[in-house]
Amino acid sequence: MSVATKTISAAPPSPSRLGILWGSAIGKKFLMALTGILLSLFVLGHLLGNLQLYFGKDSTGAWLINNYAKFLHNNVPLLWGTRLVMGVSVLVHAIAGIQLYLAKQSARPIPYHEKQSVNSTLPSRTMIWSGVLIGGFVVYHLLHLTVGSAHPDFVPLDVMHNVSTGLRGIAAVVYLISMVALGFHLRHGLYSLFSSLGAGNPAISKNVFNYAAVVATLIALANISFPLAVLAGLVRG
Amino acid sequence: MRLTLDIWRQKNGADAGRFETYSVEANEHQSFLEMLDVLNQDLIGQGKEPVAFDSDCREGICGMCGFLVNGVPHGPENNTTICQTHMRHFHDGQRLRLEPWRAAAFPVLRDLVVDRTAFDRIIQAGGYVSVRTGSAVDSNAMLVQKNAADRAMTAAACIGCGACVAACPNAAAALFTGAKITQLGLLPQGQPERIDRALNMVAQYGKEGFGHCTLIGECEAVCPAKIKLEVIARMNGDFVKAVFSKRAEESAGGAG
Ligand code: HEM
Ligand code: FES
Repeated sequence: MSVATKTISAAPPSPSRLGILWGSAIGKKFLMALTGILLSLFVLGHLLGNLQLYFGKDSTGAWLINNYAKFLHNNVPLLWGTRLVMGVSVLVHAIAGIQLYLAKQSARPIPYHEKQSVNSTLPSRTMIWSGVLIGGFVVYHLLHLTVGSAHPDFVPLDVMHNVSTGLRGIAAVVYLISMVALGFHLRHGLYSLFSSLGAGNPAISKNVFNYAAVVATLIALANISFPLAVLAGLVRG
Repeated sequence: MRLTLDIWRQKNGADAGRFETYSVEANEHQSFLEMLDVLNQDLIGQGKEPVAFDSDCREGICGMCGFLVNGVPHGPENNTTICQTHMRHFHDGQRLRLEPWRAAAFPVLRDLVVDRTAFDRIIQAGGYVSVRTGSAVDSNAMLVQKNAADRAMTAAACIGCGACVAACPNAAAALFTGAKITQLGLLPQGQPERIDRALNMVAQYGKEGFGHCTLIGECEAVCPAKIKLEVIARMNGDFVKAVFSKRAEESAGGAG
């Protein structure tokens, strides 16, 4: 009795979809847009939560913002789920952005002697720098108000105290500059992500362009209000 | 009017190149290229090498001409080729700097002339449709929506001059490639190859060494054919869809 044998030659593993996306500039921008949306949603949620700084105390005399912090810290799946998603998103987003920036350096080896910008916004031309600034700020911000090691007088879970004592002097300047950078980044990012995802109908993209400016300005101003309120003595722990 | 021109002079790809300054007497009825023709006549008369620049139709339809005037591709008139730009837009005593397109994918051949065959290779990679031979199809057998036809024809206006690449801080060819992908992908005739077109043209785009698109919009402002940024979103969408459906296709085929 003969045994039929069959040699199965291993086909070269075709790269995964994610691999193909990561290997192309358009795919990288697609992933940057997806992670950019997640990061932007977080920025919005983070801002709305922080607005409770302005809402004062509850009936027991506890600061609402501190209650909110306790609520988040007691909700371990929510807290760590968000931290995980944000950590992965910011890594994917930043690595892709830096790689694309480095790759394009060779696309014009001999620079122009004279080149005018006819149509583009300043934020659109400085995405890498606003991005790097935000990245640096995120690290500082975590050490300052989450870990506390960059804070002069950190009290765990007493957000009101940490903010009102922390957002002063040089720290306030860092926050101000970083939030302007965030505004710049969102001004272009909230518009360009639509194109990266394949949505570019001219009927809507003019509106998207304008709304992105409005939303980015509002988010930046609301965030800037926190250090300003502390400096003006409006927020006291 | 008398103009002072700082023109990029470069003998060939190996030459480092430099700006040289010329003075020329122009009149407002000339086109920009006619003004350069006059300059070149002067230079030939003086026994000097004329300035090399590309042109063919001089009607704004062939896409051969193009260089930067004072830092703007095709000069100060937005959405107009340099061959269709007239000297009435300049004034006596003005100083103009003429510089070639600069991109790794567009090496300078001589003076203001660059090699744009990278565009041809992108077209070869997917800028075609397959048509069954045989008797001619009835003219209205294939219906095309008005909206799709309009957008396809708008994209088809691209003359491939390369101003989009020249204007882009990243030297991206996204407006060009997007226009070619959009023009065919919006029509029923373009559907059979739509996936391969997106994959192959984008792959060739990458191989040619163009940068990536950051949707800054400089290209749209200078494009003489008024191609819209919309085409870049179409290219992105088609490419991402292609990546996903190509995998599905491959794994279906691979099972056999
Ligand atoms: C709060 C954090 C951040 C948010 C909300 C955010 C949001 C966005 C969005 C929505 C886009 C548009 C994506 C697209 O056009 O498809 C974008 C683009 C970009 N981001 Fe961020 N981003 C953040 C942090 C960063 C960081 C840390 C970097 C680090 C370098 C960075 C670098 C970039 C770059 C370079 C681009 C332009 C990509 C390109 O067109 O090449 N971003 N960002
Ligand atoms: S020479 Fe044909 S478009 Fe200018």
